Amino acid sequence: MDFQPTDDQRALRTGVRELLAGRFGRDASRTLADAPGGPVLDRGLWRELGDAGFFSLRLPERDGGVGLGLPEAVIAFEEAGRALLPGPLVATHLAAGEIDGAATGDTVVTAVDSGGLVTWYDTADAVRGDATGAVPVRSVDPLTPLHRAPAGHSGPHDPVAVLLTAAEQLGSAARTCELAVQHARDRHQFGQPVGAFQAVKHLCAQMLVRTELARAAVYAAAVTGDPLEISGAALLADDAAVRGARDCLQVHGGMGFTWEADVHLHLKRAWLRAELGPSAATLEEELAAAL
Amino acid sequence: MDLAYSEEEEAFRAELREWLAVTLPQLPPRPDPADWPGRRAYDLGWQRRLYDAGYAGLHWPVDAGGRGATPTQHLIYLEETERAGAPYVGANFVGLLHAGPTIAAEGTAEQRARWLPPVLRGDEVWCQGFSEPDAGSDLASLRTRAVRDGDHYVVSGSKIWTSHAEVADWCELLVRTEPISADVPKHRGISWLAMPMDAPGVTVRPLRTLAGSTEFAEMFLDEVRIPVGNRVGEENDGWRVTMVTLSFERGTAFVGEVVACRRTLTALAAEARKNGRWDDPVLRRRLGRLNAEFSALWRLTQWNVSEAQHTGGVPGTGGSVFKLRYSHARQELYDTAAAVLGPDSLDLGREWNLDRLSSLSYTIAAGTSQIQQNIVAERILGLPKGR
Ligand SMILES: Cc1cc2nc3c(=O)[nH]c(=O)nc-3n(C[C@H](O)[C@H](O)[C@H](O)COP(=O)(O)OP(=O)(O)OC[C@H]3O[C@@H](n4cnc5c(N)ncnc54)[C@H](O)[C@@H]3O)c2cc1C
Repeated sequence: MDFQPTDDQRALRTGVRELLAGRFGRDASRTLADAPGGPVLDRGLWRELGDAGFFSLRLPERDGGVGLGLPEAVIAFEEAGRALLPGPLVATHLAAGEIDGAATGDTVVTAVDSGGLVTWYDTADAVRGDATGAVPVRSVDPLTPLHRAPAGHSGPHDPVAVLLTAAEQLGSAARTCELAVQHARDRHQFGQPVGAFQAVKHLCAQMLVRTELARAAVYAAAVTGDPLEISGAALLADDAAVRGARDCLQVHGGMGFTWEADVHLHLKRAWLRAELGPSAATLEEELAAAL
Repeated sequence: MDLAYSEEEEAFRAELREWLAVTLPQLPPRPDPADWPGRRAYDLGWQRRLYDAGYAGLHWPVDAGGRGATPTQHLIYLEETERAGAPYVGANFVGLLHAGPTIAAEGTAEQRARWLPPVLRGDEVWCQGFSEPDAGSDLASLRTRAVRDGDHYVVSGSKIWTSHAEVADWCELLVRTEPISADVPKHRGISWLAMPMDAPGVTVRPLRTLAGSTEFAEMFLDEVRIPVGNRVGEENDGWRVTMVTLSFERGTAFVGEVVACRRTLTALAAEARKNGRWDDPVLRRRLGRLNAEFSALWRLTQWNVSEAQHTGGVPGTGGSVFKLRYSHARQELYDTAAAVLGPDSLDLGREWNLDRLSSLSYTIAAGTSQIQQNIVAERILGLPKGR
C-alpha cells in the first residue's frame, strides 16, 4: 500500500496548475465575472485543455487518449476547481471518445441534470439529455450560465461524474482554506493579525480538517472506483467546499461580502456543483442502505 | 496512489491471521472491568503471547528489541487484531506507546536494557504522570518539584488523571528541576524521570469517572527519592523528550478503534432495522453520513500511514487533523446509538451506553479539541500565536 501521489501524479498536478495559472489566472476570472453580456467560454483555452489531455485523460492510447485513470483525472479536476475554471468540464470529459471533438476540446459538451438544470446551454455544441424547451435562468454563479429544461434527466447519476465534481469541490475547499489563512495573516486588528485570535484560528483549523478528510475520501474513491465510496466522498467534498467558502467569507469580514473578493465565486460555484449532483439526502440514504 | 497491499504485506497479514485464529481461543475469560488486578494480569498475559510469537513491539526499532516493522505492517497488525476481536493494548498502553518509544529514542543503552524488555515481555506496566491539578492543557506550567540530593532527586507534588496508576510498576514522570524565572521559561527546567510506583512517598487515590469506573487516579508525591540514573534525556530537557512521546500518541493510537467503530455502525443499522426506528429518515440519514465519515477516517489513516512510510516512520502533524475529526465522530456515533436505542439508551445494561459515556473523554484526553485546533492552525497552517 502506498496511498500517496506518485511522482508522475505530482508532476501532473504541477502541470495543470501551471497551465491554469498562465491561461486562467485571477484577471481572467474577474474579466469573465464582469462581462456585460454574461460569461463567454474561451474556446481557445478549451482547445488548449484538449491539447493538454484534460478531456482525453482516461481514453486509451489506441483511441488517441492519454490512457491514465481516475486518480489522475481527479487530480486534474481538483486543480480546475481550485482555479474556478468555468465550463461544462465534467460533461465534456465524459463525452470524450463518444462525441466527436470532445476529446480534443473542439466540441463543448454539456448535460441536463436530474433537476433539469443545464450549464452553458447556449455555448455547448452538444447536449446530453433532453433539453427541449430549456429557458434561461438568472444564474447565481457569475461564471456559469444556466438554463432549465422541463423534462430533466432521469436515471441514476453517473458515479464518475459525481466523483469528478467532488474533486472540483475538493480543490475549491483547499483554495478557500488558503485564502482564509492568507487573509488571517495579513489583516491586523487590535494590534495583531486576526489569525492570532482563536475564534478565527479554529475556523481555519476546521476548514483544513474538512478538506483533508474529503481529500482522503475522494482520492480513495478514485483508486477503488467503488460507487458507494464515491457517494461518501461526494458528501464530504460538498460539505468541505460549501462550508469552507462560508467560513472563508466570515474570516474576510466586510471584504468577504464584496464582489471584489474571490470568496463569493467559490461559494456560488460550490453551491452550484452541490445542487447539480445527487442531493445530500440521496447520498446519505444510499450510504445507509449499504450498512 | 495505491491502496493495494504488496505481496509481502499480504503474507504478513496471512501469517498474523493464522496466529490469531489459533491463539485467541486459548485466552482466559475476560476479567470484570472493575477487577483491576485481573485486568492487569489479563493484559500482561496477552502481551506475553505477542512476545512469544514475535509480535511484541512490532513498530519499535530492532535495536530496541522490536521488530522494526513498517508503518503499513503496523497498520495491518492493528486492523487484523481488532477484526479478530483480540484484546486491546489496555494496561500496556503507556509502556508500548509512550514511555517505551521515548526510552528507545532518548534513553542510554543501560536504560533501554533495564526498561524495554519487561515492557515487550509483558512483565511491567507503565503509567503517565504528566497532568497536574494546575497544569492540564498548559502542561509546561507543571510544578511537581525535583530537588537534587546527591545521586537522587527528591520529588514532591501531585499528579492527576493518571490512567492505570493503580496497577502500574513505573511512572513516566515530568518534574520541574529548575524553577520558572525571568531567565528560565516554563518549557525549560522540566525533566523526564522513571519513577517506581512502589517508592516510599507515593500515594495513589483512584478517581471515579462519570462512567462509574476508576480508570484514572490522583497521585501524591511526598519526598519520593528517585535515582538520578532514572532520568531519560538531559536535565531540564524533558519537554523536548516529552514531545517525542506525544507525537507517538497521536500517530496510530486509534487505528483499531476506527475498525471497531465501523463494525459498531453496521450493528447499529441492524438494530434499527429490527426495532423499527429504521423507518425514521432522519435517523437513517445520520447513519448514512456516519458511514461516509468512518470510511473516510479509515482512508485518512491509510493516507497518514503512507505518509509516515515516506518520512521514515515519524507520525506527522496529520495526527492532529485525524484526532480532531475522529473524537467528534466517535461521540456522534454513540449519540446516534442512543437515537437507535430510544428509551433503552438510559439502560446501562444495554450495549453501547457505557461506550457513549466513555466517548465523552475523547475530546479532552491527549490534548483537548481546542488545543488540537490550535496545533493545526499554528503548526500546519502557520497562523501566529496570540498574545
Ligand atoms: C480519560 C482521561 C485519561 C487521561 N489520562 C491521563 C494520563 O494517563 N496521564 C496524564 O498525565 N494525563 C491524563 N489525562 C489528562 C488530560 O491530558 C487532560 O485532561 C487534558 O490535557 C486537559 O487538561 P485539563 O483537564 O486540565 O483541562 P484544562 O486545560 O483546564 O481545560 C479546560 C478547558 O479549557 C480549554 N482550554 C485550555 N487551554 C486552552 C487554550 N490555550 N486555548 C483554548 N482553549 C483552552 C480546554 O480545551 C478545555 O475545554 C487524561 C484525561 C482523561 C479525560
